[in-house]
Amino acid sequence: MPVKTYAGTEVTVNDEGFFTDPQQWREDMAPQIAADSGIPVLAEPHWQVVKFMRHEYEEKGTGPSVRALSKTSGVSIKELYELFPKGPAKLAAKIAGIPKPRGCI
Amino acid sequence: MTENSTTTGSKIEKVSIIVSKGSLEGIYPALIMANGARAEGIDANLFFTFFGLDAIHKARHEHIKLATVGNPGLHLATWAGGLPGVSSVMTHYMAHKMGTLDIPSIPEFIEMIADTGAGLYGCKASVDLFGLTKDDFIDQVKDIITVGEFYDLAAGGQIIFT
Repeated sequence: MPVKTYAGTEVTVNDEGFFTDPQQWREDMAPQIAADSGIPVLAEPHWQVVKFMRHEYEEKGTGPSVRALSKTSGVSIKELYELFPKGPAKLAAKIAGIPKPRGCI
Repeated sequence: MTENSTTTGSKIEKVSIIVSKGSLEGIYPALIMANGARAEGIDANLFFTFFGLDAIHKARHEHIKLATVGNPGLHLATWAGGLPGVSSVMTHYMAHKMGTLDIPSIPEFIEMIADTGAGLYGCKASVDLFGLTKDDFIDQVKDIITVGEFYDLAAGGQIIFT
C-alpha cells in the first residue's frame, strides 16, 4: 500500500489515492489531498460537500454517488461538477478520507 | 495495433457515445455509461442518431417504450409482446422497478447528464431524414452536427456505439 504524508502524518492510501483507513484522516489533511487531486484551493462550498460526504460515510458506512450526493446535500449536479470537475463524489470522498463510493448512477 | 494518446496510459480520458436506438433498453445503457464516465472525471459526449433521437425529442422523450417484440431477453412469446398495451404495461413495470432503485427517468437522466458537463448532439443526417429541426429537441442539445464534426469532437478518445 502506498504511504502518503498529509499535514505531517503518514497515512496509507490505495492505488487510486483513497484512504485505506478512514480513521487516519483529519480535517487539516484535506487541503493537501485536494491539491493533489487538482483542486488548488478548498473553498467553503468544497468544504461543505467534503464534510457532508464524511458525515454520510459515518452514518451509513459508505459515501453517496453523485446523484444521491446532490439529492441529499441539496447542492445541484451542475454546481457539484463546477466544484469538482474530475468527478464530485469520487474527489469529495478522496478529500474526506473515505473509500470511493460504488454505484452506477 | 496502434494505441492513441488516451489509451497509452491505463486511464480512459474521453468517451463519445453514439445512441442509435429508440427503445428504453436501447437508450439507458448509453446514459448510464455517459453519466458514469463523468462521475469518474472522464469527458463525455453523446451523439444521438436515427431512432436514438427520440431520447432528446421534446415530445417523445417522456414516452420511450421497452421493446416487447423481437426481444428474447424478455422471455415473453413474440405474439404476446405484440398485443396492444403490452409494451406500455411492461414499460410501466420497468419504470417502477427503476424508481425503487432511484434510477432516474429518461428525461431527468438526460438533464442530469447535461448538468455534468457532457455534450449532447443530434445527428444531422437523421434530423434531415425525419424532417426535424433543432427546435424539436430539448434545450440541452448543444447542436445538430455532421458525422465529420462528430469525429472531430471524438478525436483523441474512445467511441462507443449503442
